[in-house]
Amino acid sequence: MTPTWVQLANLLAAVLFIFALKGLSSPKSARNGNLLGAAGALLATAVLFVSGIPLANILLILAAVLVGSAIGWISARRVQMTQMPQLVALFNGVGGGAAALVAVIEYLEVGGANKISLAATVFTVVIGSVSFSGSIITFLKLQELMTSRPVTIPAGKWVTMLVAALTVVGAVWLVISPQVWLLVALLLLSLIFGMLFVLPVGGADVPIVISLLNAFTGLSVAASGYVLGNVLLIIAGTLVGASGTLLTKEMAKAMGRPITSTLFGAFNGTTAGNTSTGGDRPVRSGGPNDVAIMLGFANKVILVPGYGLAVAQAQGTLRELADLLTARGVEVDYAIHPVAGRMPGHMNVLLAEASVPYEQLKEMDEINPEFASTDVVLVVGANDVVNPAARTDKSAPIYGMPILNVDQAQQVVFLKRSMRPGFAGIENEILYDQKTMLLFGDAKDSLNKVVSSLKNL
Amino acid sequence: MDGVALLTIFILSIFVGFEVVSKVSTVLHTPLMSGANAIHGIVLIGGITVTGAATHPLEITLGVIATLLGAINLVGGFVVTDRMLEMFKPKKSVARSDDGGGA
Repeated sequence: MTPTWVQLANLLAAVLFIFALKGLSSPKSARNGNLLGAAGALLATAVLFVSGIPLANILLILAAVLVGSAIGWISARRVQMTQMPQLVALFNGVGGGAAALVAVIEYLEVGGANKISLAATVFTVVIGSVSFSGSIITFLKLQELMTSRPVTIPAGKWVTMLVAALTVVGAVWLVISPQVWLLVALLLLSLIFGMLFVLPVGGADVPIVISLLNAFTGLSVAASGYVLGNVLLIIAGTLVGASGTLLTKEMAKAMGRPITSTLFGAFNGTTAGNTSTGGDRPVRSGGPNDVAIMLGFANKVILVPGYGLAVAQAQGTLRELADLLTARGVEVDYAIHPVAGRMPGHMNVLLAEASVPYEQLKEMDEINPEFASTDVVLVVGANDVVNPAARTDKSAPIYGMPILNVDQAQQVVFLKRSMRPGFAGIENEILYDQKTMLLFGDAKDSLNKVVSSLKNL
Repeated sequence: MDGVALLTIFILSIFVGFEVVSKVSTVLHTPLMSGANAIHGIVLIGGITVTGAATHPLEITLGVIATLLGAINLVGGFVVTDRMLEMFKPKKSVARSDDGGGA
């Protein structure tokens, strides 16, 4: 039986986790909130070692804790901020894997006599494995070790449904008639389902999936807490499961995407970015020189960074451009849409890392009235967040999403790879407007050319 | 602790989880997700517990792996969240700060 003081320490850790999530919800308290959570985790782990509960294999355990901590710490400190989303996905995956393994070991140790406990074990194994393999796929997609476009396999919908059905049947069967081989088969089925679940999701929707898998891991950790009779695991896992679910919904909403279309869109062939463009309407494109002249002789310029900037890792070059313009006496601001980047809030992190002065970063509500008095807006790798269809076209998937009012500026310059629409897969009327100029190419490349042209002005 | 008590804790935790993140600015969605991700790394203590009770070599091996993965999730999660939040410091000019601090 766990000593009372250990239970109290775990209670304190659980309270610290709640404060951590609460703190993370507000910019002022976020960092302290995270530290409180870390303190809670440290407390709970340290108490476990000194609790007097006998631990066999103590040297192996200590070694695993130390090595794991070192790997986690070093990779977290070394990672480039642009690659941070995939690291979070990876951490989430290993957490899910750990929960699944804990449940497997508990099954091997105690067997399946208690049916309720066995059901929780099976749940942990399935959800933990789905989270593990799904997160690994999202990692591979974001790291661009595989294509970030939706991957559809022939009859994918049916294969996925078949695997899902087999997983459910296997899970029920295992609860009724516990056998080790069945547990192994279920583990494999869950891993396959996790992959099939994430493969059809396109690049820009991946963050929403990470958030969902995060909630999954939370739930599997909660279930493993039930199996072990550990209250702290139940509380912590459930907190993450619940808050993660809500956060997933919020993220999907901020991106103007119903969660169902994110997850099942690819099956129906309507996923973001798959829709073809409207054909060959005329656009006005220009060279780096034209853009440099427009920017260099403007009074007021607003920069709108987006997903494409993050992909091209061009935030440093954009800052260089902004510095040059400021040195010429041009007033420069950055307009940050809440969901710009690879994840909501990601753009703020990326630009802060590129040492962009904080006071130049303007949030949407603050910058929107300014567009009307702006000479040139430079849109780098953003599309849907400036698409007026969100205001006017009720049939557009992004209808109702708040956008940056770029169309009110005197002139608009788009740096784009191609005429392919943004992830919502809809046409952007601004692109065809008379006052719009397009500069095609990789964002970093184009920005570099504009910077060197500007230096020669 | 009996099943009903654990179920009670589970249900109440769901409500707390919904409540604490109900009003969060989109700017903080990514750090919040990452912070929540770190919190479920507490599965580490589950890994330690089962490894501490394991006797069969296979169980011990799996337990050590689970402990290792849990530790990566827990420590890496908090550290990467801290690095993200470091960037949000409101100050006149954000200096590049790669080291120092940490969870």
